[in-house]
Amino acid sequence: MLWEALKLAIQSVSRNPLRSVLTLLGIVIGVAAVIAMVTIGDGTTRKVEADLSKLGSNMLVARPGRNVFGPGGNSDSRAFKERDVAALRNGLSHVRAIAPVSSRAATIVSGAQNYSTTVNGTDSDFFIAQDWDFESGRPFSEGEVRSGSAVCVIGQTIKTVLFGPLDPLGERLRIGNVSCSVVGVLTGKGQSAMGTDQDNTVIIPLRAFQRRISGSTNISTLYIAVAEKEQITEVQAMAERILREQRRVVPGQDDDFSVRDMTQIISAMTSTTSLMTALLGAVAAVSLLVGGIGVMNIMLVSVTERTREIGIRLAIGALEGQVLLQFLVEAFVLALLGGVIGIALGLAIAGLAAYGMQIPFAPSASIIALSFAFSGAIGVVFGFFPARRAARLDPIEALRHE
Amino acid sequence: MNDETLIAFEGLTKVYGEGSAMVRALAGVDLIIRRGEFVAIMGPSGSGKSTAMNILGCLDTPSSGRYLFAGVDVTRLDRTQRALLRRNYLGFVFQGYNLLARTSAVENVELPLVYRGMPRAERRRRADEALHLVGLAGREHHKPSELSGGQQQRVAIARAIVADPHVLLADEPTGNLDTARSREIMDLLKRLNAERGLTIIMVTHEPGMAEFAHRTLRFVDGRIETPLMAETV
Repeated sequence: MLWEALKLAIQSVSRNPLRSVLTLLGIVIGVAAVIAMVTIGDGTTRKVEADLSKLGSNMLVARPGRNVFGPGGNSDSRAFKERDVAALRNGLSHVRAIAPVSSRAATIVSGAQNYSTTVNGTDSDFFIAQDWDFESGRPFSEGEVRSGSAVCVIGQTIKTVLFGPLDPLGERLRIGNVSCSVVGVLTGKGQSAMGTDQDNTVIIPLRAFQRRISGSTNISTLYIAVAEKEQITEVQAMAERILREQRRVVPGQDDDFSVRDMTQIISAMTSTTSLMTALLGAVAAVSLLVGGIGVMNIMLVSVTERTREIGIRLAIGALEGQVLLQFLVEAFVLALLGGVIGIALGLAIAGLAAYGMQIPFAPSASIIALSFAFSGAIGVVFGFFPARRAARLDPIEALRHE
Repeated sequence: MNDETLIAFEGLTKVYGEGSAMVRALAGVDLIIRRGEFVAIMGPSGSGKSTAMNILGCLDTPSSGRYLFAGVDVTRLDRTQRALLRRNYLGFVFQGYNLLARTSAVENVELPLVYRGMPRAERRRRADEALHLVGLAGREHHKPSELSGGQQQRVAIARAIVADPHVLLADEPTGNLDTARSREIMDLLKRLNAERGLTIIMVTHEPGMAEFAHRTLRFVDGRIETPLMAETV
């Protein structure tokens, strides 16, 4: 009986293909929105995770100011100083490297070429902390760091733009009005999770940066690379205690700095996307509701159109329950079809987006199964009323119906 | 034919509407139909014969009186029980054939068996058998639109008898057919009545068709005009 009902339902749906598809538009849009949203979201998350592991996921980042990594943070607090770095280096264990960094956007010039980039003042620990490899040349020497020599290490982008195929080692480039010679070239890392080009960078010793570029002894960021992932929380707590002591934050008072690991930073930065998720979710919900009403409407039309047929069926031995089942299955098949089209459309959109945004295409079997089941459920819920109307028809009236 | 009473109406009335708009379709009908009878029902429009047929077919319920089917009081059954009685004991043939369009002859015939949950192979076999019986072997896969009126009515009869009902209710089965075609249909009904002992109750306007039956009940103003039982059968 169920099989027969299914066969009938498929016949009836395919008899009016245009009408069926138009009816289903609401469900199609709703399901497609959910599928596309979730698939793109998953892809983004995977991309971020991949980038994080490239960055070194057991990285802690400290910045002056409260809650500086999320929206609404302030950064007017005192900057870090070199003694803070010294205190951390003395006090922290389980640490691979601690790199103080100050940076500034600057235009660099070499020969006839110029290019705007970010100049980072730091020391040799920076390369360890951020897992940079050298394509050629070397990091800064102890002496260069201590005296703040006019030397620099450049990223792949800078090498390509300023020097092209030539070997940049030993060449000079100008940062603003400071001239320095290239001692090392980094290997390429590509885009960061936030979409910036990590290879567009010039690195000089911190003291050189402070003395010749910023003109102050401020340090804007501290990178702390933790040896083992499990030790991150411990090191984070320790670093916070040391910095509180250094900056004389009294107990009970809010910290005027933040120490976060990369995961926390990324989640703070992507917090805005949850608003978009909620919005799309609302669109999907409304669309599915409208879709359900569409199914109900077309099923009512279908019941009216087929009143005579229902009368015949009732007269030759169909029970109310069997007529109910037939129309319920029809609504179910109709809605399920909408679900399938919606899933296909959603995956297509997500696939295009993945291609365009250069994120992995990550379809999730569970969300597809859920959408499938949910669209079927919509059919059953919204198909019930028309199906019951069909089942309750008076066979005499129905047989007279033209 | 045996003497077993299959159907009995006892003081059956049917009233539509209320107050001044009240219409008395059946005004106290008594009737007995025995197993294996072929009964014709005649009468002018509005005489109550259609109402009587609807009640006989368990499609409608009387306002008062009793309707006994094989000794069971149908007026006490609920909607589902009446549907089951209809499905298990009654077959219907209508004036307008009432076949499902876009559905082949054999699929139309096996429909009652679908609702009885019969397996596909068994269903097909019995439907083919019924079509053969009504003389439509070889036309199993024609759609109703590809068949003549007489052939469509034969499909309808095959559908009505495929599940071996006790009673066949035919509402003007020849109303849409010419005389030659009508006689063929009547011969078929007569044969089913004689060979299978199928009880047949048929409404008709044409005296010529009523002659095929054992006896004729004449409805006038919601009552039966003829004696309760024709002793001449």
